[in-house]
Amino acid sequence: MISIYITSFIVGGLICVIGQLLMDVGKLTPAHTLCTLVVTGSILDGIGWYEPLIDFAGAGATIPITSFGNALTHGALAEAEKHGLIGVVTGMFEVTSSGISAAIIFGLIGALLFTSKGNV
Amino acid sequence: MKNGTLTFSTKPSIHSAGVTAGPLENKKSIFAKQFDKVYEDERCDLPTNEDGHSQLMYDAVMIALSKAKKDVQKIDFFLTGDLVNQMTPSNFTAHSLEIPYIGLFSACATSVSSMITGALFTEAQQANWIVAGSSSQHNAIERQFRYPLEYGSQKGATAQWTVTAAGAVLIGKNKPGFPSITCATVGKVVDMGMTDPLNMGSAMAPAAMATLSSHLTGHGKTIDDYDTIITGDLGSNGFKIFKALANEAGLPHTKNFRDAGEEFYGKDPSFMAGASGSGCSAAVFFSDVYGKLCAGEYQRALLIATGALLSPLSYQQGDSIPCIAHAIEITAGEVAE
Repeated sequence: MISIYITSFIVGGLICVIGQLLMDVGKLTPAHTLCTLVVTGSILDGIGWYEPLIDFAGAGATIPITSFGNALTHGALAEAEKHGLIGVVTGMFEVTSSGISAAIIFGLIGALLFTSKGNV
Repeated sequence: MKNGTLTFSTKPSIHSAGVTAGPLENKKSIFAKQFDKVYEDERCDLPTNEDGHSQLMYDAVMIALSKAKKDVQKIDFFLTGDLVNQMTPSNFTAHSLEIPYIGLFSACATSVSSMITGALFTEAQQANWIVAGSSSQHNAIERQFRYPLEYGSQKGATAQWTVTAAGAVLIGKNKPGFPSITCATVGKVVDMGMTDPLNMGSAMAPAAMATLSSHLTGHGKTIDDYDTIITGDLGSNGFKIFKALANEAGLPHTKNFRDAGEEFYGKDPSFMAGASGSGCSAAVFFSDVYGKLCAGEYQRALLIATGALLSPLSYQQGDSIPCIAHAIEITAGEVAE
Protein backbone atom coordinates (compact mmCIF):
# COMPACT_ATOMS: atom_id res chain seq x y z
CA MET A 1 0.00 0.00 0.00
CA ILE A 2 2.72 2.44 1.04
CA SER A 3 4.92 1.40 -1.89
CA ILE A 4 2.45 2.81 -4.48
CA TYR A 5 2.84 6.25 -2.85
CA ILE A 6 6.59 6.01 -3.20
CA THR A 7 6.59 4.76 -6.80
CA SER A 8 3.99 7.34 -7.85
CA PHE A 9 5.99 10.12 -6.18
CA ILE A 10 9.19 9.05 -7.92
CA VAL A 11 7.68 8.42 -11.37
CA GLY A 12 5.57 11.61 -11.29
CA GLY A 13 8.57 13.54 -10.06
CA LEU A 14 10.80 12.16 -12.81
CA ILE A 15 8.31 13.19 -15.51
CA CYS A 16 8.37 16.70 -14.04
CA VAL A 17 12.19 16.65 -13.96
CA ILE A 18 12.14 15.85 -17.70
CA GLY A 19 9.80 18.81 -18.25
CA GLN A 20 12.05 21.10 -16.18
CA LEU A 21 15.13 19.96 -18.13
CA LEU A 22 13.34 20.63 -21.42
CA MET A 23 12.80 24.22 -20.27
CA ASP A 24 16.12 24.90 -18.51
CA VAL A 25 18.59 22.91 -20.60
CA GLY A 26 16.66 22.47 -23.86
CA LYS A 27 15.55 26.13 -23.70
CA LEU A 28 12.05 25.13 -24.84
CA THR A 29 9.20 27.53 -24.16
CA PRO A 30 6.52 26.39 -21.67
CA ALA A 31 4.15 25.73 -24.60
CA HIS A 32 6.72 23.61 -26.46
CA THR A 33 7.46 21.68 -23.28
CA LEU A 34 3.77 20.96 -22.75
CA CYS A 35 3.29 19.78 -26.34
CA THR A 36 6.42 17.59 -26.21
CA LEU A 37 5.16 15.85 -23.07
CA VAL A 38 1.65 15.34 -24.49
CA VAL A 39 3.00 13.89 -27.74
CA THR A 40 5.40 11.67 -25.81
CA GLY A 41 2.54 10.30 -23.69
CA SER A 42 0.54 9.70 -26.83
CA ILE A 43 3.35 7.80 -28.55
CA LEU A 44 4.11 5.76 -25.43
CA ASP A 45 0.48 4.63 -25.31
CA GLY A 46 0.57 3.86 -29.04
CA ILE A 47 3.39 1.38 -28.50
CA GLY A 48 1.64 0.06 -25.41
CA TRP A 49 4.02 1.32 -22.70
CA TYR A 50 1.88 3.86 -20.89
CA GLU A 51 -0.70 1.46 -19.40
CA PRO A 52 1.99 -0.63 -17.65
CA LEU A 53 3.44 2.65 -16.31
CA ILE A 54 0.05 3.56 -14.82
CA ASP A 55 -0.24 0.08 -13.29
CA PHE A 56 3.19 0.59 -11.75
CA ALA A 57 3.01 4.25 -10.64
CA GLY A 58 -0.72 5.07 -10.41
CA ALA A 59 -1.29 8.81 -10.02
CA GLY A 60 2.43 9.39 -10.68
CA ALA A 61 1.65 8.58 -14.32
CA THR A 62 -1.93 9.86 -14.56
CA ILE A 63 -1.49 13.36 -13.06
CA PRO A 64 1.33 14.74 -15.30
CA ILE A 65 0.33 16.10 -18.72
CA THR A 66 1.80 13.01 -20.48
CA SER A 67 -1.35 11.25 -19.29
CA PHE A 68 -3.42 13.58 -21.52
CA GLY A 69 -1.53 12.29 -24.59
CA ASN A 70 -2.05 8.78 -23.34
CA ALA A 71 -5.80 9.41 -23.00
CA LEU A 72 -6.02 10.85 -26.53
CA THR A 73 -4.44 7.76 -28.11
CA HIS A 74 -6.30 5.42 -25.78
CA GLY A 75 -9.70 6.84 -26.69
CA ALA A 76 -8.87 6.90 -30.40
CA LEU A 77 -7.74 3.27 -30.43
CA ALA A 78 -10.72 2.05 -28.39
CA GLU A 79 -13.28 3.77 -30.66
CA ALA A 80 -11.37 2.70 -33.79
CA GLU A 81 -11.89 -0.91 -32.81
CA LYS A 82 -15.65 -0.34 -32.62
CA HIS A 83 -16.27 2.14 -35.46
CA GLY A 84 -13.25 1.98 -37.71
CA LEU A 85 -11.51 5.09 -39.04
CA ILE A 86 -14.27 7.48 -37.93
CA GLY A 87 -13.76 6.20 -34.40
CA VAL A 88 -10.23 7.62 -34.38
CA VAL A 89 -11.73 11.10 -34.70
CA THR A 90 -14.60 10.68 -32.24
CA GLY A 91 -12.61 8.61 -29.76
CA MET A 92 -9.89 11.15 -29.12
CA PHE A 93 -12.16 13.30 -27.01
CA GLU A 94 -14.11 10.41 -25.50
CA VAL A 95 -11.79 10.00 -22.52
CA THR A 96 -10.32 13.50 -22.47
CA SER A 97 -13.60 15.43 -22.56
CA SER A 98 -13.86 15.63 -18.76
CA GLY A 99 -10.38 17.14 -18.54
CA ILE A 100 -11.04 19.66 -21.30
CA SER A 101 -14.43 20.66 -19.86
CA ALA A 102 -12.92 21.03 -16.38
CA ALA A 103 -10.16 23.28 -17.77
CA ILE A 104 -12.75 25.52 -19.45
CA ILE A 105 -15.14 25.66 -16.47
CA PHE A 106 -12.51 26.21 -13.76
CA GLY A 107 -10.66 28.65 -16.00
CA LEU A 108 -13.86 30.66 -16.33
CA ILE A 109 -14.54 30.59 -12.59
CA GLY A 110 -10.96 31.64 -11.85
CA ALA A 111 -11.10 34.50 -14.34
CA LEU A 112 -14.41 35.71 -12.92
CA LEU A 113 -13.29 35.66 -9.30
CA PHE A 114 -9.67 36.81 -9.42
CA THR A 115 -7.45 39.45 -11.00
CA SER A 116 -3.82 38.75 -11.87
CA LYS A 117 -1.09 40.27 -9.73
CA GLY A 118 2.60 40.83 -10.39
CA ASN A 119 3.70 40.55 -6.78
CA VAL A 120 6.38 38.04 -5.85
CA MET B 1 34.36 60.49 -37.71
CA LYS B 2 31.74 61.60 -35.23
CA ASN B 3 30.88 58.11 -33.99
CA GLY B 4 27.61 59.24 -32.44
CA THR B 5 29.10 61.91 -30.20
CA LEU B 6 27.24 65.13 -29.47
CA THR B 7 28.36 68.20 -27.53
CA PHE B 8 25.96 70.72 -26.02
CA SER B 9 27.71 74.09 -25.79
CA THR B 10 24.60 75.74 -24.26
CA LYS B 11 24.62 73.08 -21.52
CA PRO B 12 20.86 72.65 -21.07
CA SER B 13 19.88 72.17 -17.43
CA ILE B 14 17.62 69.58 -15.89
CA HIS B 15 15.37 71.83 -13.82
CA SER B 16 13.40 69.14 -12.07
CA ALA B 17 12.59 65.44 -12.07
CA GLY B 18 9.58 63.33 -11.12
CA VAL B 19 9.53 59.61 -10.40
CA THR B 20 6.51 57.38 -9.74
CA ALA B 21 6.49 53.68 -8.90
CA GLY B 22 4.20 50.75 -8.15
CA PRO B 23 3.44 49.06 -4.82
CA LEU B 24 6.03 46.30 -5.20
CA GLU B 25 8.74 48.85 -5.97
CA ASN B 26 7.67 50.80 -2.88
CA LYS B 27 8.10 47.65 -0.79
CA LYS B 28 11.21 46.16 -2.37
CA SER B 29 13.26 48.83 -4.11
CA ILE B 30 16.23 50.29 -2.26
CA PHE B 31 15.37 53.61 -3.95
CA ALA B 32 11.75 53.63 -2.70
CA LYS B 33 12.29 56.56 -0.33
CA GLN B 34 13.53 58.70 -3.23
CA PHE B 35 10.49 58.11 -5.42
CA ASP B 36 8.10 61.06 -5.46
CA LYS B 37 4.89 59.07 -5.60
CA VAL B 38 4.06 55.41 -5.05
CA TYR B 39 0.74 53.69 -5.58
CA GLU B 40 -1.15 51.21 -3.40
CA ASP B 41 -2.47 49.49 -6.51
CA GLU B 42 -0.36 48.23 -9.40
CA ARG B 43 -2.92 49.54 -11.91
CA CYS B 44 -3.07 52.93 -10.09
CA ASP B 45 -6.75 52.11 -9.29
CA LEU B 46 -7.61 52.12 -13.00
CA PRO B 47 -9.34 49.28 -14.89
CA THR B 48 -6.38 47.95 -16.91
CA ASN B 49 -2.62 47.56 -16.59
CA GLU B 50 -2.12 49.82 -19.61
CA ASP B 51 -4.30 52.56 -18.07
CA GLY B 52 -2.15 52.34 -14.94
CA HIS B 53 0.95 52.50 -17.15
CA SER B 54 -0.25 55.82 -18.65
CA GLN B 55 -1.10 57.19 -15.22
CA LEU B 56 2.45 56.47 -13.93
CA MET B 57 3.93 58.62 -16.68
CA TYR B 58 1.29 61.34 -16.39
CA ASP B 59 1.90 61.72 -12.66
CA ALA B 60 5.69 61.67 -13.09
CA VAL B 61 5.42 64.56 -15.58
CA MET B 62 3.04 66.56 -13.37
CA ILE B 63 5.32 66.07 -10.36
CA ALA B 64 8.37 67.27 -12.33
CA LEU B 65 6.42 70.32 -13.49
CA SER B 66 5.07 71.17 -10.05
CA LYS B 67 8.57 70.95 -8.54
CA ALA B 68 9.76 73.55 -11.05
CA LYS B 69 6.49 75.49 -10.65
CA LYS B 70 5.88 75.26 -14.39
CA ASP B 71 2.48 75.19 -15.99
CA VAL B 72 1.85 72.39 -18.49
CA GLN B 73 0.95 74.98 -21.18
CA LYS B 74 4.50 76.33 -20.95
CA ILE B 75 6.01 73.06 -22.15
CA ASP B 76 7.01 73.04 -25.81
CA PHE B 77 7.64 69.35 -26.42
CA PHE B 78 7.02 66.03 -24.71
CA LEU B 79 9.41 63.21 -25.63
CA THR B 80 8.81 59.77 -24.20
CA GLY B 81 8.38 56.09 -24.91
CA ASP B 82 7.55 52.70 -23.42
CA LEU B 83 7.59 49.02 -24.37
CA VAL B 84 3.96 48.30 -25.22
CA ASN B 85 3.01 47.78 -28.88
CA GLN B 86 2.82 51.13 -30.68
CA MET B 87 3.58 52.76 -27.28
CA THR B 88 -0.09 53.37 -26.50
CA PRO B 89 0.51 54.19 -22.79
CA SER B 90 2.80 57.08 -23.84
CA ASN B 91 0.34 58.14 -26.54
CA PHE B 92 -2.51 58.33 -24.04
CA THR B 93 -0.34 60.26 -21.58
CA ALA B 94 0.56 62.72 -24.34
CA HIS B 95 -3.13 63.13 -25.14
CA SER B 96 -3.96 63.92 -21.51
CA LEU B 97 -1.08 66.40 -21.23
CA GLU B 98 -1.86 68.16 -24.53
CA ILE B 99 1.82 68.91 -25.14
CA PRO B 100 3.24 68.52 -28.69
CA TYR B 101 4.66 65.02 -28.60
CA ILE B 102 7.10 62.68 -30.29
CA GLY B 103 7.10 59.04 -29.21
CA LEU B 104 10.59 57.54 -29.06
CA PHE B 105 11.38 53.86 -29.05
CA SER B 106 14.80 52.84 -27.77
CA ALA B 107 13.35 50.09 -25.54
CA CYS B 108 14.87 50.46 -22.05
CA ALA B 109 17.33 53.09 -23.33
CA THR B 110 14.52 55.60 -23.92
CA SER B 111 15.25 57.49 -20.69
CA VAL B 112 18.53 58.66 -22.21
CA SER B 113 17.51 58.88 -25.90
CA SER B 114 14.64 61.19 -24.88
CA MET B 115 17.00 63.39 -22.85
CA ILE B 116 19.48 63.57 -25.75
CA THR B 117 16.70 64.56 -28.14
CA GLY B 118 15.35 67.10 -25.66
CA ALA B 119 18.79 68.62 -25.15
CA LEU B 120 19.18 68.93 -28.94
CA PHE B 121 15.87 70.84 -29.19
CA THR B 122 17.15 73.24 -26.53
CA GLU B 123 20.60 73.49 -28.11
CA ALA B 124 19.00 74.36 -31.45
CA GLN B 125 17.00 77.06 -29.66
CA GLN B 126 13.75 75.53 -30.86
CA ALA B 127 12.31 75.06 -27.40
CA ASN B 128 12.35 76.66 -23.95
CA TRP B 129 10.96 73.73 -22.01
CA ILE B 130 10.98 70.04 -22.77
CA VAL B 131 9.74 67.09 -20.79
CA ALA B 132 11.61 63.83 -21.45
CA GLY B 133 11.30 60.45 -19.83
CA SER B 134 10.13 56.86 -20.06
CA SER B 135 8.03 54.32 -18.18
CA SER B 136 7.14 50.66 -17.83
CA GLN B 137 4.46 48.64 -16.02
CA HIS B 138 5.33 45.08 -15.03
CA ASN B 139 2.08 43.29 -15.90
CA ALA B 140 1.60 45.06 -19.23
CA ILE B 141 5.17 44.40 -20.37
CA GLU B 142 5.20 40.76 -19.28
CA ARG B 143 2.14 40.22 -21.45
CA GLN B 144 3.72 42.16 -24.31
CA PHE B 145 7.04 40.35 -24.40
CA ARG B 146 6.60 37.04 -22.63
CA TYR B 147 3.39 35.59 -21.19
CA PRO B 148 0.34 37.03 -19.47
CA LEU B 149 0.77 36.77 -15.69
CA GLU B 150 -2.19 34.35 -15.54
CA TYR B 151 -0.06 31.82 -17.41
CA GLY B 152 2.20 31.48 -14.37
CA SER B 153 5.27 30.88 -16.49
CA GLN B 154 8.64 30.14 -14.87
CA LYS B 155 11.75 32.23 -15.37
CA GLY B 156 15.39 31.31 -14.91
CA ALA B 157 18.05 33.01 -12.85
CA THR B 158 19.27 35.15 -15.76
CA ALA B 159 15.85 36.71 -16.35
CA GLN B 160 15.06 40.20 -15.11
CA TRP B 161 12.00 41.77 -13.53
CA THR B 162 10.31 44.59 -15.44
CA VAL B 163 9.70 47.44 -13.01
CA THR B 164 6.49 49.39 -12.58
CA ALA B 165 7.86 52.91 -12.61
CA ALA B 166 8.06 56.11 -14.61
CA GLY B 167 10.50 58.98 -14.64
CA ALA B 168 10.31 62.41 -16.23
CA VAL B 169 12.70 65.35 -16.34
CA LEU B 170 12.15 68.98 -17.24
CA ILE B 171 14.89 70.20 -19.56
CA GLY B 172 15.40 73.91 -20.19
CA LYS B 173 18.08 76.51 -20.74
CA ASN B 174 21.18 76.45 -18.57
CA LYS B 175 20.56 77.71 -15.09
CA PRO B 176 23.37 77.86 -12.52
CA GLY B 177 22.86 75.50 -9.63
CA PHE B 178 21.04 72.85 -11.65
CA PRO B 179 22.56 69.68 -13.15
CA SER B 180 23.31 70.29 -16.79
CA ILE B 181 23.78 68.17 -19.89
CA THR B 182 27.22 68.66 -21.39
CA CYS B 183 27.59 65.93 -23.99
CA ALA B 184 26.20 62.63 -25.16
CA THR B 185 26.85 59.64 -27.39
CA VAL B 186 24.23 57.98 -29.54
CA GLY B 187 24.93 54.25 -29.68
CA LYS B 188 25.09 51.85 -32.60
CA VAL B 189 23.04 48.69 -32.66
CA VAL B 190 25.18 45.81 -31.42
CA ASP B 191 24.08 42.24 -32.02
CA MET B 192 26.26 39.44 -30.69
CA GLY B 193 23.86 36.77 -31.93
CA MET B 194 22.24 36.00 -28.58
CA THR B 195 18.70 34.66 -28.87
CA ASP B 196 17.53 34.08 -25.28
CA PRO B 197 14.95 36.73 -24.29
CA LEU B 198 15.34 35.60 -20.68
CA ASN B 199 18.99 36.65 -20.63
CA MET B 200 18.89 40.15 -22.05
CA GLY B 201 21.44 41.67 -19.68
CA SER B 202 24.19 39.55 -21.26
CA ALA B 203 22.99 40.51 -24.75
CA MET B 204 23.06 44.23 -23.87
CA ALA B 205 26.47 44.35 -22.14
CA PRO B 206 28.51 44.59 -25.40
CA ALA B 207 26.28 47.48 -26.57
CA ALA B 208 26.95 49.33 -23.31
CA MET B 209 30.69 48.73 -23.74
CA ALA B 210 30.65 49.94 -27.36
CA THR B 211 28.90 53.18 -26.38
CA LEU B 212 31.20 53.73 -23.39
CA SER B 213 34.26 53.34 -25.65
CA SER B 214 32.83 55.71 -28.29
CA HIS B 215 32.02 58.24 -25.59
CA LEU B 216 35.42 58.15 -23.91
CA THR B 217 37.33 58.27 -27.21
CA GLY B 218 35.03 60.77 -28.91
CA HIS B 219 34.99 63.23 -26.01
CA GLY B 220 38.55 62.62 -24.86
CA LYS B 221 37.51 61.46 -21.41
CA THR B 222 38.72 58.78 -19.02
CA ILE B 223 36.59 56.86 -16.55
CA ASP B 224 38.21 58.81 -13.72
CA ASP B 225 36.54 61.97 -15.00
CA TYR B 226 33.27 60.57 -13.68
CA ASP B 227 32.07 60.12 -10.13
CA THR B 228 29.87 57.41 -11.49
CA ILE B 229 29.24 55.58 -14.75
CA ILE B 230 25.83 54.03 -14.35
CA THR B 231 24.23 51.60 -16.80
CA GLY B 232 20.48 51.21 -17.16
CA ASP B 233 19.40 47.63 -16.70
CA LEU B 234 22.14 45.10 -17.37
CA GLY B 235 21.23 43.16 -14.23
CA SER B 236 23.76 41.12 -12.26
CA ASN B 237 24.77 38.88 -15.21
CA GLY B 238 25.03 41.62 -17.79
CA PHE B 239 26.82 43.95 -15.37
CA LYS B 240 29.44 41.27 -14.65
CA ILE B 241 30.04 40.87 -18.39
CA PHE B 242 30.15 44.65 -18.87
CA LYS B 243 32.85 45.02 -16.20
CA ALA B 244 34.81 42.13 -17.71
CA LEU B 245 34.59 43.77 -21.16
CA ALA B 246 35.77 47.05 -19.63
CA ASN B 247 38.82 45.28 -18.17
CA GLU B 248 39.52 43.64 -21.52
CA ALA B 249 39.28 47.01 -23.23
CA GLY B 250 42.07 48.25 -20.98
CA LEU B 251 40.04 50.44 -18.63
CA PRO B 252 42.06 50.53 -15.41
CA HIS B 253 39.27 49.77 -12.93
CA THR B 254 35.52 49.64 -12.59
CA LYS B 255 35.11 50.95 -9.04
CA ASN B 256 32.89 53.88 -10.05
CA PHE B 257 30.61 51.66 -12.19
CA ARG B 258 27.00 51.13 -11.12
CA ASP B 259 24.05 49.35 -12.69
CA ALA B 260 20.53 50.58 -11.97
CA GLY B 261 19.00 47.18 -12.78
CA GLU B 262 21.24 45.28 -10.38
CA GLU B 263 20.74 47.79 -7.56
CA PHE B 264 17.01 48.42 -7.99
CA TYR B 265 15.65 45.56 -5.86
CA GLY B 266 18.73 45.34 -3.62
CA LYS B 267 19.94 42.09 -5.26
CA ASP B 268 16.90 40.22 -3.87
CA PRO B 269 17.00 36.78 -5.58
CA SER B 270 13.18 36.79 -5.98
CA PHE B 271 13.84 39.29 -8.76
CA MET B 272 16.40 36.99 -10.42
CA ALA B 273 19.18 38.99 -12.11
CA GLY B 274 17.59 42.32 -11.15
CA ALA B 275 15.32 44.95 -12.62
CA SER B 276 14.71 45.98 -16.22
CA GLY B 277 12.20 47.96 -18.25
CA SER B 278 12.04 51.49 -19.60
CA GLY B 279 11.03 52.69 -16.15
CA CYS B 280 14.09 51.15 -14.45
CA SER B 281 16.83 53.47 -15.71
CA ALA B 282 14.43 56.45 -15.65
CA ALA B 283 13.45 55.84 -12.02
CA VAL B 284 17.04 55.44 -10.78
CA PHE B 285 18.65 58.15 -12.95
CA PHE B 286 15.96 60.71 -12.11
CA SER B 287 15.78 59.97 -8.38
CA ASP B 288 19.08 58.71 -6.95
CA VAL B 289 21.56 59.99 -9.57
CA TYR B 290 19.77 63.32 -10.17
CA GLY B 291 19.51 63.81 -6.39
CA LYS B 292 23.23 63.16 -5.91
CA LEU B 293 24.06 65.63 -8.72
CA CYS B 294 21.81 68.28 -7.15
CA ALA B 295 23.40 67.70 -3.75
CA GLY B 296 26.88 67.94 -5.20
CA GLU B 297 27.70 64.39 -4.15
CA TYR B 298 28.40 63.67 -7.82
CA GLN B 299 30.12 66.35 -9.88
CA ARG B 300 29.99 64.45 -13.16
CA ALA B 301 27.95 61.38 -14.02
CA LEU B 302 27.72 59.30 -17.18
CA LEU B 303 24.34 57.64 -17.67
CA ILE B 304 24.35 54.76 -20.14
CA ALA B 305 20.83 53.45 -20.69
CA THR B 306 20.71 50.04 -22.37
CA GLY B 307 17.94 48.63 -24.54
CA ALA B 308 17.15 45.28 -26.13
CA LEU B 309 15.46 46.06 -29.44
CA LEU B 310 13.63 42.77 -29.91
CA SER B 311 9.98 42.08 -30.52
CA PRO B 312 8.04 38.95 -29.47
CA LEU B 313 7.77 38.07 -33.17
CA SER B 314 11.49 38.52 -33.89
CA TYR B 315 12.65 36.11 -31.19
CA GLN B 316 9.91 33.58 -31.89
CA GLN B 317 11.17 33.52 -35.46
CA GLY B 318 14.62 32.72 -34.07
CA ASP B 319 16.19 36.11 -34.72
CA SER B 320 18.96 37.32 -32.43
CA ILE B 321 18.49 40.25 -30.05
CA PRO B 322 19.75 43.61 -31.40
CA CYS B 323 20.84 45.86 -28.55
CA ILE B 324 21.58 49.54 -28.10
CA ALA B 325 23.02 51.85 -25.48
CA HIS B 326 22.89 55.64 -25.37
CA ALA B 327 25.09 57.72 -23.07
CA ILE B 328 24.55 61.18 -21.64
CA GLU B 329 26.92 63.14 -19.45
CA ILE B 330 25.47 65.28 -16.69
CA THR B 331 27.42 67.63 -14.48
CA ALA B 332 26.45 69.30 -11.23
CA GLY B 333 25.69 72.79 -12.45
CA GLU B 334 28.26 73.50 -15.10
CA VAL B 335 27.64 76.99 -16.47
CA ALA B 336 27.22 77.60 -20.21
CA GLU B 337 30.21 78.98 -22.08
